[in-house]
Amino acid sequence: MSSAVKTIIPKINIDLPEVTIREVRLGSVTNFTGTAKELLELSECGSLKDKGRAFSQSTGCSSLNAFCQLSGIRGVVVINHAPIGCAGDFQSFDFVHRTSLEGFGIHDYNGRFYSTDLLEKNTIFGGIEKLKTAAREIFEREKPKAIFITTSCASGIIGDDVGAAANELSREFGIPVSPCICEGFRSKLWTSGFDAAFHSVLKSIVKPPRKRSNKVNIINFWGSRIFDDLLNELGYEAQYIVPYATYEELEYISEAAATIQICSTLGSYLGAALEQLYGVPEVKYAPAFGIEGTDRWMRELGRVLDREEQVEKIIERRHREIAPKLEEYRSKLSGKKAYVAAGAAFGHALSALIQDLGMTLVGASVYHHDAFYDNHDKDSDALANTVKTFGDIPNYRVCNKQLFEIVNVLYNLDVDILIARHPGIVVWGAKLGLPTFIMDDEQYAFGYQGILNYAEKILETLDTIEFTKNLQKHSRMPYTKWWLTQPVDTFTIGGSSK
Amino acid sequence: MSSFISHPKFTCALGAQQTVTAITRAVPIVHSGPGCAVKVHELLGQGQSYVGGGTIPCTNTGSKEVVFGGVHKLDELIRSTLKVLDGDLFVVLTGCTSDIIGDDIGSVVEKYQAEDIPIVYAETGGFKSNNYVSHSTVVNAIIDQYVDKFRSGNGVEKGLVNVFASVPDQDPYWEGNLEELKRILEGIGLKVNILFGSRSGGLDEWKTIPDAQLNIVADTWAGVKIAKHLERKYGTPFIHFPYFPVGGEQTSDFLRKVSKAAGLDSERTEAFIKKEEERFYIFLERMADFILEFRYGIPRRFYTVLDSSYAVGMSKFLVNELGILPSGVFISDNTPERWQKTVAEELENISEYRSVTPVFETDGEKILLEIDKDDHRNRFIILGSAWESHYAKQHDADLLILNVPLTYRLALNCAYIGYNGGLRVIEEIYNGVLETYRS
Ligand code: SF4
Repeated sequence: MSSAVKTIIPKINIDLPEVTIREVRLGSVTNFTGTAKELLELSECGSLKDKGRAFSQSTGCSSLNAFCQLSGIRGVVVINHAPIGCAGDFQSFDFVHRTSLEGFGIHDYNGRFYSTDLLEKNTIFGGIEKLKTAAREIFEREKPKAIFITTSCASGIIGDDVGAAANELSREFGIPVSPCICEGFRSKLWTSGFDAAFHSVLKSIVKPPRKRSNKVNIINFWGSRIFDDLLNELGYEAQYIVPYATYEELEYISEAAATIQICSTLGSYLGAALEQLYGVPEVKYAPAFGIEGTDRWMRELGRVLDREEQVEKIIERRHREIAPKLEEYRSKLSGKKAYVAAGAAFGHALSALIQDLGMTLVGASVYHHDAFYDNHDKDSDALANTVKTFGDIPNYRVCNKQLFEIVNVLYNLDVDILIARHPGIVVWGAKLGLPTFIMDDEQYAFGYQGILNYAEKILETLDTIEFTKNLQKHSRMPYTKWWLTQPVDTFTIGGSSK
Repeated sequence: MSSFISHPKFTCALGAQQTVTAITRAVPIVHSGPGCAVKVHELLGQGQSYVGGGTIPCTNTGSKEVVFGGVHKLDELIRSTLKVLDGDLFVVLTGCTSDIIGDDIGSVVEKYQAEDIPIVYAETGGFKSNNYVSHSTVVNAIIDQYVDKFRSGNGVEKGLVNVFASVPDQDPYWEGNLEELKRILEGIGLKVNILFGSRSGGLDEWKTIPDAQLNIVADTWAGVKIAKHLERKYGTPFIHFPYFPVGGEQTSDFLRKVSKAAGLDSERTEAFIKKEEERFYIFLERMADFILEFRYGIPRRFYTVLDSSYAVGMSKFLVNELGILPSGVFISDNTPERWQKTVAEELENISEYRSVTPVFETDGEKILLEIDKDDHRNRFIILGSAWESHYAKQHDADLLILNVPLTYRLALNCAYIGYNGGLRVIEEIYNGVLETYRS
């Protein structure tokens, strides 16, 4: 990586009232058509430019991604300063967290989320008084350890000074009250919401370390505690953050021995911040998906945790353990054609996994692309690693979760299976008659065991052909024949990177 | 009422995108920030259906449009939507961004309307209202900008009625409920425009809205503005039955009132009612043994945390036909003051022997705190949403989820109103009870 890029990227600065959005901070883009190699080259030489679309579909916004993290912190409340529609995700995350926490052995979770329910009169006279009244009532009722206030398009455009209100309330209540600036219109990258949430956590909760602990931070979504065994074996303790950490645990994530990320799209900012601000070393290699990826990641983990010999032994043992099954699965899957649709980091990871299993990767649609990560480290780049190991990926698209483009691609490619990471996509594969599955449990595919899990899942899915063929026969297709036969980038406008 | 909302059970004005997706082959086009349509879908939608959720065309408004205006982007989006998506009606809806910055979307859409493209628009910026209100805004916009233009023009047809009874997806069982309403209204001899869902005649049916002899509103308040609008516009009279009729008594009462307002042959109406009641009460009679004999505890008290239409209908049904008594009727749809009075009157006269005073509250957590003040000596049931699930579990209470968010249920075509809906309620309550004794 040229050192020029390093100097362009600003260092993490938590004194800023809000984190810079990804398109500016990481050169992220939401539209690209070409091959993976072409995309990497453009990113490297700094000439990757984003392009708009003359047709687009609702994608999701930062406020949801900020909320998915903040809402999982135990002991705090989240106030969404917004009209009630922005709170459409409250129940979903109450459910996700409740269900996951059962697996963590915690049975008394209650999502404490509130909407200030901004109305027309508030957009005219301002909503700050309403926010303060609500916050006082909520503080009295809940006595939380901290309050996060997430913003919305409405609060942002009318210019409500949530930061000033938060300061005032913080003094009044004697607890951290932290604004999280995440209104949807600010960034085309809804993943900017992760950064906004982490910025608030870093600003308001995390304290400088008193000592080093033997804990390892795992920047995680939800799911299960898959790192416990590995880290225990190495003499460390897994600490899952940000969801499901208590307020008190978050205070001292600065003391951890290292930070691991389950997904670099999620953890880029927090991982880099903990290293830069508090010296917590980040395992910078792309997360452990696929054999080669897991080997590399394990070795880096061993290096960071000073357990290189032990790790070598584990690698050797695990290779041996999975070999027979892996061979069996490879012979069954060899030559099957797969297409992947997922967020950037997972898209790269899945691409590696599929090829590890001897399948052919026909193409991929990732939602966005970060030209670089916050740690400026090239080893974090999963796509580059995948391409290095397996060669270029054809039909590589950055699609911003545009379903019309995904459907178009699937309609025109010869594919045996679609693997997607998010809800809303898989059904279109099935409607086109393709066996399809959703990899919504990100931990399912992690590490050596993940490769086997994944193979089983693919085999099981390929076996659902009756269902998909039947669904195809009876489903309505809202896209016109015209659109299905156009080049996928027909509605792409602007930019010159292609 | 609290100054904020917890446990949201409805969404913002943009929720009316679900009103559009409930019309066969209608396509919403949303001019809003990137997250809105998806978040509405998170709360209300189960499945994208034809063009819902992440399939909905959206301008995904960014900073550029907030600063320089978004009409150009909207124009471009409409033009491409007409090429990409196959629809019979396109409905442009705005979100907060557009309405605060004041985009003149009318001028954009009118251009297409001038070319006779079936497209309408409505301002549904999130802060303007909730989706109970915007449902009527959008239906009225479709009437004014589409139906009126393409109307069949046959003149008033005797026996034809339009039904406005359930806000699609806000009432998670709208499809089954509307099917049941259509069934029973046809039973007394009416021709029914049900307008939404697979049992409707789609947009061809919408084109006959002006021909109706009578409009029937069968919910507490969400449909009233539509009926009033049609009265002004086409002189169509309307009858307002201010809650969802559930079970034998209410449904028969509903049918008699409609029959009278429509000037139907009362003998035919009574014959139909008799047949339906016979069937309904045979089942009620059969289950009476069970509820009277079952020795291991069944719910004797109920709470509702529901919108007004369900709360009134269900309360009446539980009290009068099942003998389950009210411990608290909480109403969570932000009922406008004028309709709070109607609700209060209905509940005051819930039966000959008792009256109930409802509590209007949109802070769901506060409702649970109120419920928690009771000592719960008897097994109780909550009729509510997924938000009450945890509390119910903790207190070994029964739960019937009738309001969004559903989360723990999959809704296809089941109905909770009408005669069949009443039976369904009975089955579900007591199946739920028996389920708790499974080993
Ligand atoms: S885009 Fe804006 S208005 Fe829409 S859900 Fe996100 S924050 Fe709310």
